Amino acid sequence: MLMDRLNILQKIGIYAALFLFLLFVLLPFIEMFRVSLRPLDHLMTTKFTWWSDDFSFQAYSDMWVTVPLLGRYILNSIFIATSVTAITMVVVVPAAYAYARLEFPFKAISLGMFLAVNMFTGAVLLIPLYRTLRALGMLNTYWAMIIPGVAFLIPTGIWLLRSYLEKIPKELEEAAYVDGASRVYTLRRVVIPLAVPGLIVVGTAIFIGAYAQQFLFAIAFNNVREIQPLPAGLYEFIGYQFVTWNEMMAAALTGVLPVMLFFLFLQKHLVAGLTAGAVKE
Amino acid sequence: MIEALAPMDGIRKATRRGLSERLFAWLLISPALVFIGLIVAWPLLETIRLSFTDATLGGESYIGLANYVDLFGSSKFYDIVGRTFYWMFLAVTLKLIMGLIGATLLNAAVPGKALFRILIMPPWVIPIAIGVIGWKWLYNGYFGLISGLLLNFGIVDERVALLSTKTSAFYSAVVTDVWVGTPMVTLFFLAAMQGVSRDLYEAAWVDGAGRWYRFRRITIPQIMPVIVSMALLSAIWTFNSFEIIWILTEGGPRSATTTLIIDTYKVAISSQRFGEGSARAVVIVVLLAIFSLAYMFFLNRVNRYYGAK
Repeated sequence: MLMDRLNILQKIGIYAALFLFLLFVLLPFIEMFRVSLRPLDHLMTTKFTWWSDDFSFQAYSDMWVTVPLLGRYILNSIFIATSVTAITMVVVVPAAYAYARLEFPFKAISLGMFLAVNMFTGAVLLIPLYRTLRALGMLNTYWAMIIPGVAFLIPTGIWLLRSYLEKIPKELEEAAYVDGASRVYTLRRVVIPLAVPGLIVVGTAIFIGAYAQQFLFAIAFNNVREIQPLPAGLYEFIGYQFVTWNEMMAAALTGVLPVMLFFLFLQKHLVAGLTAGAVKE
Repeated sequence: MIEALAPMDGIRKATRRGLSERLFAWLLISPALVFIGLIVAWPLLETIRLSFTDATLGGESYIGLANYVDLFGSSKFYDIVGRTFYWMFLAVTLKLIMGLIGATLLNAAVPGKALFRILIMPPWVIPIAIGVIGWKWLYNGYFGLISGLLLNFGIVDERVALLSTKTSAFYSAVVTDVWVGTPMVTLFFLAAMQGVSRDLYEAAWVDGAGRWYRFRRITIPQIMPVIVSMALLSAIWTFNSFEIIWILTEGGPRSATTTLIIDTYKVAISSQRFGEGSARAVVIVVLLAIFSLAYMFFLNRVNRYYGAK
């Protein structure tokens, strides 16, 4: 369109600005990758050099030896995030449906209370949370990292899915009612199949949240090495004598790769779905 | 199923449904309630109770308001509160500015913007703790990129360990926090910008309005509700931000990066003074409650002012 037309200088300007913006966003990753390619003793040289002719992928094979449980940590991370996502969805779908469709006493107040949970972080509740988990016998188990993770993601899940469910036409459910279908049957056989795109968006958002928040609960509630997630496990590269920085960076990049790929496939739906609530209230 | 459609039957069914709707709704939300009750509400009440005790690992006894009296009587505490709000204000302002710049750039009609949109997402998608490790390396005085580049270009004479002096540690933590928050803010702003009606821009363009004028008079007012909600959401998250500071500096050097959250963690978990830590946690909750009430109030006003539904 004519109004959007940019002359060559403006285009150069925009690309230059985009380049700087992306440089800021990607700088830590670029640097982590560069560090992962260099031998450890060359990293600590006296003079800083950007390029080096001794780049190698050695750290990517050494890291499994330095931290033998690395593979476990990566799998643990994915396992914890997947479990949190699954449980959260099971809890969130019925609740979001209730808030989207049903009328009941204290609806607005209880929804407000759910949303208020977003104001809290696990960090302020650690002491009583520790005691609660101990009383439930969950300390030092996967549950210690899964259950708190679920609780702190439920509010966001309800909020996102509710606005999605509200957009599904009511008529289909009413038709099922008239046909004598029970409420549970309607929810299971009519609403959920229709909501699949929304469930994917909300599920992915929950997964990202579950994946991002693992550090605190892991260091606070678990000291069994075998079940530690990646962000906590990476600290094993910080040894008594020295930090094997190159392997730590290699491990960090390798560990996030599966999720980055998974995310790459879903990113288009995710962004459209997540931001839909922001655009049309 | 269909044979049961006699009129009387329908009415009876409707009544029965009307009665069970409440019960059904509560059944549906009860799993969520149990989780929140167990993991958030109960610990919160426990925190309030503990704040009136001198609980440590050894035991606890009721000491009334003593923890609060100590807290409000120490000038260090006011430093921390001041620093927390300064941290929040600075980081949120920068995130919003970066988000606006990023969204405007990504919204420009240039080829390749779909790819750029993907490339800005990683900080948001990966675990915060991992991105922060990258920053910790960048800030490192001996072999970090920033120190190295400053040296190579002769801007400084010796290595700068950004995380070891008070001022630079604080601003380094702010930069990392902005880095973590920028992608999400950018994407929400971008979505909002794409939702603004083209007609508005065309009408202004026909009237001879330039780009800057259109940005100021159309884009900004149109996306204002999103700006306000992102501002306040970011504010809450930045206020609560724990991992970034903890991994970079653990609140140091000499408390230069100790915000309320970090202070609470240090007192309650590192020193295991549960009672004193709980009092700090309660202060955080009260401050955030005030803050989110202001959020609702402000958001309502903005929505009304800009005519959103």
